[in-house]
Amino acid sequence: MPTSPSPDSPRSPLLAIQAVGKDYTASVLDGVNVELFAGEVLALTGENGAGKSTLSKILCGLEQPTRGGMQLAGQAYAPSSRRDAERHGVRMVMQELGLVPTLTVAENLLMGRLPHRLGWLQRDVLHAAARAQLAKIGLDTIDPATPVSQLGIGQQQMVEIARNLQDDTRILVLDEPTAMLTPRETNYLFEQIAHLTARGVAIIYVSHRLEELRRIADRVAVLRDGRLVDVRPMAGMSEDDLVQRMVGRVVSDLDHRPRRPIGPVVMSAENLGRGTAVQDVSLELRAGEIFGIAGLVGSGRTELVRLLFGADRADRGSVTLHPNSEQKPPQALVDHAPAATQNIAKPSTTAPTAPRTWQRGFASPLQAIAAGVGLVTEDRKSQGLLLSQPIRINATLSDLSAVSRGGWLQRGLESRLVQGFIRTLRVRCHGPEQPVGQLSGGNQQKVVFARWLHREGRVLLLDEPTRGVDVGARAELYGELDRMAAEGRALLMVSSDLRELMAMADRIGVMSAGRLVAVFERGEWSEQSLLAAAFSEPGGRTSTTPSTSSPVTA
Amino acid sequence: MNAPTTSAAPAAAPSSASVWRSQLGTYLGLMAVLAGMVALFSSLSEYFWSAETFITIANEIPALAVMAVGMTFVLIIAGIDLSVGSVMALAAATSAAAILQWGWTVPAAAALALATGLVCGTITGMISVAWRLPSFIVSLGMLEAVRGSAYVVTDSRTQYVGDAISWLSAPFFGGISFAFLLAVVLVVVAQLVLSRTVFGRCVVGIGTNEEAMRLAGVDPRPIRVIVFAMTGLLAGLAGLMQSARLEAADPNAGTGMELQVIAAVVIGGTSLMGGRGSVVNTAFGVLIIAVLEAGLAQVGASEPSKRIITGFVIVAAVIVDTLRQRRAKV
Repeated sequence: MPTSPSPDSPRSPLLAIQAVGKDYTASVLDGVNVELFAGEVLALTGENGAGKSTLSKILCGLEQPTRGGMQLAGQAYAPSSRRDAERHGVRMVMQELGLVPTLTVAENLLMGRLPHRLGWLQRDVLHAAARAQLAKIGLDTIDPATPVSQLGIGQQQMVEIARNLQDDTRILVLDEPTAMLTPRETNYLFEQIAHLTARGVAIIYVSHRLEELRRIADRVAVLRDGRLVDVRPMAGMSEDDLVQRMVGRVVSDLDHRPRRPIGPVVMSAENLGRGTAVQDVSLELRAGEIFGIAGLVGSGRTELVRLLFGADRADRGSVTLHPNSEQKPPQALVDHAPAATQNIAKPSTTAPTAPRTWQRGFASPLQAIAAGVGLVTEDRKSQGLLLSQPIRINATLSDLSAVSRGGWLQRGLESRLVQGFIRTLRVRCHGPEQPVGQLSGGNQQKVVFARWLHREGRVLLLDEPTRGVDVGARAELYGELDRMAAEGRALLMVSSDLRELMAMADRIGVMSAGRLVAVFERGEWSEQSLLAAAFSEPGGRTSTTPSTSSPVTA
Repeated sequence: MNAPTTSAAPAAAPSSASVWRSQLGTYLGLMAVLAGMVALFSSLSEYFWSAETFITIANEIPALAVMAVGMTFVLIIAGIDLSVGSVMALAAATSAAAILQWGWTVPAAAALALATGLVCGTITGMISVAWRLPSFIVSLGMLEAVRGSAYVVTDSRTQYVGDAISWLSAPFFGGISFAFLLAVVLVVVAQLVLSRTVFGRCVVGIGTNEEAMRLAGVDPRPIRVIVFAMTGLLAGLAGLMQSARLEAADPNAGTGMELQVIAAVVIGGTSLMGGRGSVVNTAFGVLIIAVLEAGLAQVGASEPSKRIITGFVIVAAVIVDTLRQRRAKV
């Protein structure tokens, strides 16, 4: 800490970054000077594309700077590889998991120094060492013999962190470490960070989550467009100050938004379930509203969204879409639901005024999309985008018939449409032909949004739409969600960020252990009540408003 | 030749032009390799640089070329079809049997050959889609089963068809055969289908990220089946071309040819990982293999040394292409 440095390291910095710059085709980092002291947590923040990742990678030997240099404890430090950096005690927990999914937790933790005798693994030693390392971050419950692929993504992240908490660590770089962690896991992580700093380890903490930075950082360094804008003590820094420094402009406060006018029910689910992952979920989405879904990692949020979209098939319950003209109040609809669910789904073309029900939900995403439902997936890289393909191809995937005639693509029309999306969504790119993989996270997400602007549906399901998206781009995505809601679409948004949900949603449903345990109306919720519901045991429901749709008897 | 890449273009540059330049770079690269080989063989052998040589090459490649067209699509969807050589032999065999034993007319026999190919390809595609098996395994099984069927149909002997269908590969225009023209037309049409149709878009998308396509509302299964069916159909056509040229249906025809086909596609820069490929570049790959073979034969290389050199050329071509791609990515 700059205010109270550890006794064994007076004012000389542990690490000095001097005028470091990095050019790819353009300069992405320029003239960065930072000093890092033993025992402090330095927050590194800034918009996506500001250069945080590049700077972290340079520090850990994954990239070499084009200009400038570094000194580690007074010695010139120019790591040529990650291994080289680790030999100097500089380690990094990356956003992309570096675990081998088919190997066990223990094997991953001790990768590269597996205990063996004449080449034969010593399981007992291995598991004991792994258990000790896991205990450091409160992961006593994980069996070291579990294959990593069987862990949830949040637990995988914790294992990745545990792997880097080694005794010789002098500098630990954490890149968005809490993106997939539950609050409890985050607390363990922060405790562990406190232990490390007490030992004199310096932490560089890269994050977008400003409230976290306030909790943990001693100083904060803000990057914008590859340059260091500011380094100052965290104390006394308000979030508004920080955000303003990051984006260079004022971001509107979303907390005090007015409530949206809400239309008739567009889509409803009755007793939808699949295995134990999702159990008896009933909900209604209304035109013009954003329905938020909160819950811990593993509570069945993503699974619910996948059922609603037909990406997985439900094994019980049904999904109903209500026609545009439907003006019945929700209560009347519930009364009619049993009759509707007993009908074998009939083609909606013949009866545009009657609700159409799909037993066990949609059979495939194709069916859902045809019915006017879209999905923005949780993991845009593996499930949403064709990374190596240009923006143009990615944006129009949802409706190729709109850009083709008789099976032949109309390239000119397609390009014009996509250029329009790039303008409206303010995608920062070289043009429609740039591969999506080259864009920053926020801009990639805008391309996914463009896909569902291209195909105008009535319902859009969004799973963690702002994960890995920086503050500036986030505000733009929120604006887009507002616009879609104002057009009368029904939006369902899953998010781990409660503040985001409370700012954006008109209602918030809370999932716990596969069940929708509560639905709050805007104005009824507080951070405490939402968290209490998320942590509640689904057997004994917390005393909150019951879910708006009463269950349909099968 | 490979300087233009998308990322090297300045931010303001019109992007479609830069993509086009990168495409052109690939074409020019392959053309340069081809020209270099022609020049090399011409300097090594006084007989190489002649119309005769080129006409011979042109008339030898149609079967390889049409199968490579199908294989390009298969590789783009991250599949592989090892059965094309066997399917080619079976298609030739059934058409020969139809003419010789059942007294079918030539058009009917030709249609039977194409249908045979189509059915074989559809079976491969359906099995691999229905049970979600890697196409490598399914087509490996088909390679054996279809080859066996070819032996059954021909009674394990070469069937001499005579000149009933030899018009297909007879000199047609300046010594060039109808089969060659057909192959050229197919390359052009297939390239247009790949880059200009919804089907082609789906093929590339499935090869890039199948789950993303599924979640965007494209059912990958029928498209996979169609790609394999089309490849079978083209292998059937190759069988017709081959038996027209040799005036015979040999049950051993096309043994090991699947590897030559794959080599041609890969030399053309199509990725075995799927998602990237071009039919025109595959045609260059076919030409490179054919010129190499003809050239080595002309300079009097022995069969073993021909194979050794061909092997190295295949690997070298892929190394060059990979380096190019990597540079384009940075």
